[in-house]
Amino acid sequence: MMLGLRIALIHLTGRKRQTVMSLLGIALGVAFFMAVSALMRGSEEDFISRLVDSAPHVTVSDEFREPPEQPVLAAHPDGAVVLRGLKPRTEVRGIRGWRQKLERISALAGVRAAPVLTGQAILTFAGKEQGLTLSGVVPDLMAGVSDIDDKIVEGSLAALDADPNGIIVGKGLTDKLHLAMGENVTVSSPTGLVRTLKIVGIFETGTTSIDEGQGYVLLKRAQILFDRPDRANLIVVQIDDPYGARDLATRIEALVGYRAQSWQEASDSLMSVLLIRNIIMYSVVAAILVVASFGIFNVISTVVMEKQRDIAILKSMGFHARDVRFIFVAEGAAVGAMGSVVGVLLGYALMWGMSVVEIQPPGSSQLVNLPVYWGVDQVALAAAFALVSAAGAAWIPARKAGRVHPVDILRGGMA
Amino acid sequence: MSPPAAPSAAAPSVARTVIRAEAVERTLPGVVPVRLVRGVSLSILSGEFVSIQGPSGSGKSSLLYLLGLLDVPTAGRIHLDGVDTSGFDEDDLAEVRLAKLGFVFQFHFLLGEFTALQNVMLPMEKLGRLAPAARRERALSLLFDLGLDGHETKRPDQLSGGQRQRVAIARAMANDPIVILADEPTGNLDRASSANVQEILKRLTRERGTAVVAVTHDGDFARAGDRIVRIVDGRIEGEG
Repeated sequence: MMLGLRIALIHLTGRKRQTVMSLLGIALGVAFFMAVSALMRGSEEDFISRLVDSAPHVTVSDEFREPPEQPVLAAHPDGAVVLRGLKPRTEVRGIRGWRQKLERISALAGVRAAPVLTGQAILTFAGKEQGLTLSGVVPDLMAGVSDIDDKIVEGSLAALDADPNGIIVGKGLTDKLHLAMGENVTVSSPTGLVRTLKIVGIFETGTTSIDEGQGYVLLKRAQILFDRPDRANLIVVQIDDPYGARDLATRIEALVGYRAQSWQEASDSLMSVLLIRNIIMYSVVAAILVVASFGIFNVISTVVMEKQRDIAILKSMGFHARDVRFIFVAEGAAVGAMGSVVGVLLGYALMWGMSVVEIQPPGSSQLVNLPVYWGVDQVALAAAFALVSAAGAAWIPARKAGRVHPVDILRGGMA
Repeated sequence: MSPPAAPSAAAPSVARTVIRAEAVERTLPGVVPVRLVRGVSLSILSGEFVSIQGPSGSGKSSLLYLLGLLDVPTAGRIHLDGVDTSGFDEDDLAEVRLAKLGFVFQFHFLLGEFTALQNVMLPMEKLGRLAPAARRERALSLLFDLGLDGHETKRPDQLSGGQRQRVAIARAMANDPIVILADEPTGNLDRASSANVQEILKRLTRERGTAVVAVTHDGDFARAGDRIVRIVDGRIEGEG
C-alpha cells in the first residue's frame, strides 16, 4: 500500500498546477460549506435563544385544551346523544385559584413561576393614542421568570413596587410619543376605566413590536384596570433546562388542568421553517462540494489517460486491478484531504470575518454581530463530505485504470 | 492433474520444464474472428534461450503474451513450473507473474518519474519478500552487474536507449524469476547495445539457470540462442 501511495504522490506532484487548482476547488467548497453552515447554525441558535429568553418556557393560560365533557354525555357514553347549540357558561375570565396553582407549579424542581394578568389598553399622551398590551406583574416573581429586568435601560422593575401607579414602557413607544421618565400618561381599559400612570421604567428589547406595544404595571393595578379583582390569566414558567419545556408543560397541564404551552409548541411553525432552511442550506453547500469534486475527476482522468503505459507495465509486473485502483483513489483522497485542510483554515478565516461584521436586522433598532456557530461538528461534516466526494470522483477513472489490459497497451506500443 | 510431460529431446538431463504450452489457441472475438495463435504446443526448459521468429503479424508477440500469462488462451493449457494455469483468475495470474516471470519490452516501459534504482526495486516492493534494506542492496547489485553503476539515481529520460533496456532487464530479474520473456528487446537499439543486451541475457541463462524467451526480428540475436522457433500464421513452422 505504501508503494501505491508513493506512486500516487509522484503522479500528483508531476502535474502541480492542475492538482493545486482542483485542491483549491475543494478548499473553497469546504470553506463555503463551513461559513454558510456556521452562519445558518449560528442564526438558528441565536433565534432560538432569543425565543427562549424573551418568551416564557411554559405559559399556563386560562384556557382548556379540550372543552369540558357535558354531563349527559358522561352519563350515557354509549347512547345516541347529540347536543346542538351548546354555549359555554359566562364566567369571569382568569385562572381559578391561581395562588394555589402557582404554589404547586413553583414546588416542582428547577421551576420558577409568576402570575400575570394581561389585557389590552390604550395609552394616551398629548392627544396621541397607542394600543398597548398591558401585563400586570409581581416584580419580585417576574424578575425570576423573564429577562425583562435586563432589558430595562432606565429605571427598574422594582420601581413598580415603590410606586403603585407606575408603568414601564418600551423605548419605541417613548420615542414615538416623545415621552420621558417621570412623565404621566393616561391609560384606558376596555372596561372604560381610565387611570393616570407615571413612567418609572423604559426597556429596549430590539424588537419593534414589543418596544412599541408592551407595557408593565403592578398585578394589583391591572386587576383594577381590567375589573378582574384577584385574578391572573397567565402563569409564566421558566426552567433551568429550556429544552425540557415540552415535558414540563405536559406535567403542569396534568397538575393544574389548564392549557400549558411550551415555547416549542408556541413556535411549532417557526421550528419547521428552521428545519426546511437547514435542508436547503445543506443541499446547496453539498452541491458546491460535488461541483468541486468534478475538478478531481478531471485531474485523475487525465492522469489515467496519460499513464496507460505505466498502468500496463505495473499490471504486467504483477499489480492487481485493485492495486491500480488504489493508486488513483488515493490520489483523489489526497487532493480531498489537502483541500479539506486548506478549506478548514480558509473557512475559519471566513467565519472570523463574518463574526466581526455588524449589521442592523430589519425590524430591529440595534446593531448586532452576525451570529456565527463555532462548533467542530460542521467542520468534521464539511471535511468528511469533501473526502468522500473526492474519493468518489476519483473512483470512476480509477475503475477504468483497473480495467486496463496490459496486452492492449503493449500491442499498441509495438505497432 | 497434468498429463505426462513430453519435453523436447534436446533438453539436458538437469533441466526442468518451466513452461509447457499444450495446443494453445488465441482468437480475438469479433464479426470476423481473428485467430492469432493456432494450436501451438511448446516446452521451455530452465536455462534455455529460445528465440521466436516470424514475419510481422504472424502471432509471435501474441504467443509470448500467452506464455507470459499476460493473456489467456481461448483453448489449450499453459503450465508454468508444473502448475496448470487454466483455472486462474486475473489476480492469481498477477501473483504468478510477480513471483515467477520477468518482462522486457521493445520500448523500455520504465516508469518515467522513478529513478533507475526505484524502477528496479518496484517488483521487489510489490512482492515484499525481502526487507527494505535487502531490496535496495539487491537492486544495486543487479544494476552493477549490468554495468549501470553510477546511473542509479538517474531517471529514464537521462539514460541512453541501451542503458534503459538494461535497467528494464534488471527490473525483470528483480524477483529472481524462472523465465524472462522479452519482446523485441533489441528492436530499438544500435548494434553495440544489441550485442550487449544479447550477451547479458545469454549470461543469465548460463549463470542463473533462468529461461529466456525472446521474440525478435534480429537474426544475429536469434542465432545466439539455444533454439529458434519459427512462427508463421499463428502456427509453429519449424524449430532449430
